[in-house]
Amino acid sequence: MGRQLLLDNLDKPGINTLSGYQETGGYESLRKALQMKPEDIVAEVQKSGLRGRGGAGFPTGMKWSFLAKPPGEPRYLICNADESEPGTFKDRYLMQRKPHILIEGMIISSFALGANTSYIYIRGEMMYVYHILQKAIDEAYAAGYLGKNILGSGFDLDLHVHCGAGAYICGEETALLESLEGKRGNPRIKPPFPAVKGLWGCPTVVNNVETIAAVVPIIRITGEEYAKIGIGKSTGTKLISASGHINKPGVYEIELGVPVEEFIYSDQYCGGIRNGKKLKAVVAGGSSVPVLPADLILKTANGEPRLMTYESLADGGFATGTMLGSGGFIVMDEDTSVVKNVWNFSRFYHHESCGQCSPCREGTGWMYKILSRLLDGKGETKDIDLLWDIQRKIEGKTICPFGDAAAWPVAAAIRHFRSEFEQYIDKGNSDVKHYYRINNLQES
Amino acid sequence: MARVTIDGHTIEVPDGTTIVEAARKIGGDIVPPTMCYYSTLKTSGGYCRTCLVKVTKGSDKDPRPMPKLVVACRQTVMDGMEVQNITSPEVLEAREGVVEFLLLNHPLDCPVCDQAGECDLQDLSYEHGDEGTRTVFRRRTFPMRDIGDKIKLHMNRCIMCYRCVKVAEQLCPERVHGVLNRGWDAEISTYIEKAIDNEWSGNMIDVCPVGALTDKTFRFKSRVWFTKPLDAHRDCDVCCGRVALWVSGDAVLRVTGRKGVYHEIENTEDGKPGWICNTCRFEKKNLSDWVIEGPRHIDRHSVISQNHYEQLKQLKQDLSRQKLIGEKAHNN
Ligand SMILES: Cc1cc2nc3c(=O)[nH]c(=O)nc-3n(C[C@H](O)[C@H](O)[C@H](O)COP(=O)(O)O)c2cc1C
Ligand code: SF4
Ligand code: SF4
Ligand code: FES
Repeated sequence: MGRQLLLDNLDKPGINTLSGYQETGGYESLRKALQMKPEDIVAEVQKSGLRGRGGAGFPTGMKWSFLAKPPGEPRYLICNADESEPGTFKDRYLMQRKPHILIEGMIISSFALGANTSYIYIRGEMMYVYHILQKAIDEAYAAGYLGKNILGSGFDLDLHVHCGAGAYICGEETALLESLEGKRGNPRIKPPFPAVKGLWGCPTVVNNVETIAAVVPIIRITGEEYAKIGIGKSTGTKLISASGHINKPGVYEIELGVPVEEFIYSDQYCGGIRNGKKLKAVVAGGSSVPVLPADLILKTANGEPRLMTYESLADGGFATGTMLGSGGFIVMDEDTSVVKNVWNFSRFYHHESCGQCSPCREGTGWMYKILSRLLDGKGETKDIDLLWDIQRKIEGKTICPFGDAAAWPVAAAIRHFRSEFEQYIDKGNSDVKHYYRINNLQES
Repeated sequence: MARVTIDGHTIEVPDGTTIVEAARKIGGDIVPPTMCYYSTLKTSGGYCRTCLVKVTKGSDKDPRPMPKLVVACRQTVMDGMEVQNITSPEVLEAREGVVEFLLLNHPLDCPVCDQAGECDLQDLSYEHGDEGTRTVFRRRTFPMRDIGDKIKLHMNRCIMCYRCVKVAEQLCPERVHGVLNRGWDAEISTYIEKAIDNEWSGNMIDVCPVGALTDKTFRFKSRVWFTKPLDAHRDCDVCCGRVALWVSGDAVLRVTGRKGVYHEIENTEDGKPGWICNTCRFEKKNLSDWVIEGPRHIDRHSVISQNHYEQLKQLKQDLSRQKLIGEKAHNN
């Protein structure tokens, strides 16, 4: 197992409490950071090469340097803890087991950005994690890590946890801002970007839970040291939520650059495919990223071993590659139906679209219905081309990247597993009749 | 100032102008169609995606093309920007897709819809859509609702353009009008039925691009193309009192604001939008209530104006005939 910067000491009893966390060196990074100049912290994060862990992989230091600083206007830091992408459950795990690392990261990052009020926006379904965080925040206030004049530095910070109401779209950063302002969670039309006009119209940074937690070890070991872990522009460690037909599902902290093959088969990680079955396909970065068949996930089109890095997973573009995304690693064995899998994803996107833009509002539901009909054995060959055409007319034509996220899984399933779609059409599969009935998809 | 070129036509406009506004200054076929943008409603636009265009050159400073199609109603121009609208097959195809999405759940009940003949969705589908339909599924339905005693909401016809929401936000201070539910199930609602009670609420009917919000005092009275539009005004304490009357014989069947070439409320002389109040719209239904200015010219290319579709068809025929003649000449 590689270096553990986030999940270290996880088995230590009491690590979820302030005292337990402090015994493992917790809040030392904060003490160190408060001695530094804010811009030096930003520079340190830039040096570390840390990239956003929420899905898009945008360099965090660069994002921080873009933050507008008009005099007299407050700035905000918001932690995106809305984690709702199917297949992704790393943020929840970290917050539940080690809440103080997030809070320490929030304080350091707020100090670096000059934010005196910060928010953690947490997914509504994770009420119990909300209580864990709130308790940890209370402890931090009592210890003088939050509130006025933190550790005598003159820096003030109030940290709030805000519960969402259970909408995936509120994980999109501008929908999150709307929701936090008490409005309907519709993504905003950009520009302006949050770095210029975010929460309450003020400059705002939104970062993922894991991104903010990673700032703690970066300050501890320095950005330079952090950048030595990993390969190329994929630096540091990354939490991977591994699920599906593997022997050891769970959250793993990997050093970026581990070969995919090792990650799936090594006993340190997933421990191979369950019940001695063969690997069929992997969705490597959460439900939004393209599915890849076994041969392409293990090796790139050029025959090189595929590595767990942003670049290697994306090698070959969407024709033969995929994305690291949020690190939701879903493994499917030989008995899995890719069509049923993509049907399930499309049901999710149909349900979660905010409905602002016509291609996404209408297209997601249409794709879902066509897939349902297909699974019910009533599909026609032209339906496959129709699905392809619909996803193409959604992708890149919507307000927020949700449209792409809904389109890509369908496109990839057709691209790599077209024959499986055809089988459903030829055979008129009968074991799935209930799809049709449950969803009451009468034709007109 | 910024110089922008749209489909080969160059124009200079003030910084901060959107592509749509720049295109409207040029005019003609190169103006992107807009279903949700409404120039006099702040923050409108961006939702429907019908105005997608291709920016082939970002600006003189940064000539890189924009990676994705952009919405012309929100994207502002840069000096040296080059835009393709009807000259880009990619744009036309994307727009055809948007039309298909907008019609996917639309009831197509034009024969019984009061908006027919002056409907932006009808125009859009004729001009930018494809023939036929590729969906086999039952369309989404909602119950019909009264939202205020003079306004009927046919949610089935709604295209979620948010224009009425902006009217509620910007003209009706006590806002009770918004969107309920999410995605496929999203619907316009007053939350508590009939809760809209405001002198300006009737303007929602005018901004609605389709027949989702209709005037209950006009429902099923007449097809719009059988009524005669007149410009008229009266002294009103509340609004500008400048309206269009839709008349049949001596009967005033309907009163609306005056809409211009892009089907938006025209500004009055003072440069402010000519929104009208509910008293003028719903209560003043006698010719004697009004000072008639004269017949109103309807610019909008819909069935009530100059048989626009026929002209389009003629144009297409002419073009193909010319092509034939050209080919013959070539073959000879
Ligand atoms: C539909 C949608 C859902 C998203 N959900 C999340 C989420 O649950 N958590 C998250 O951190 N980022 C999510 N994102 C990405 C955020 O918009 C944003 O990019 C991210 O929070 C930035 O943080 P980072 O730079 O640290 O990755 C989502 C994006 C989209 C389009
Ligand atoms: S792409 Fe979908 S989720 Fe995003 S704004 Fe448009 S309708 Fe909403
Ligand atoms: S009711 Fe009309 S104006 Fe309101 S959102 Fe629907 S289509 Fe637009
Ligand atoms: S008019 Fe531009 S998106 Fe609707």
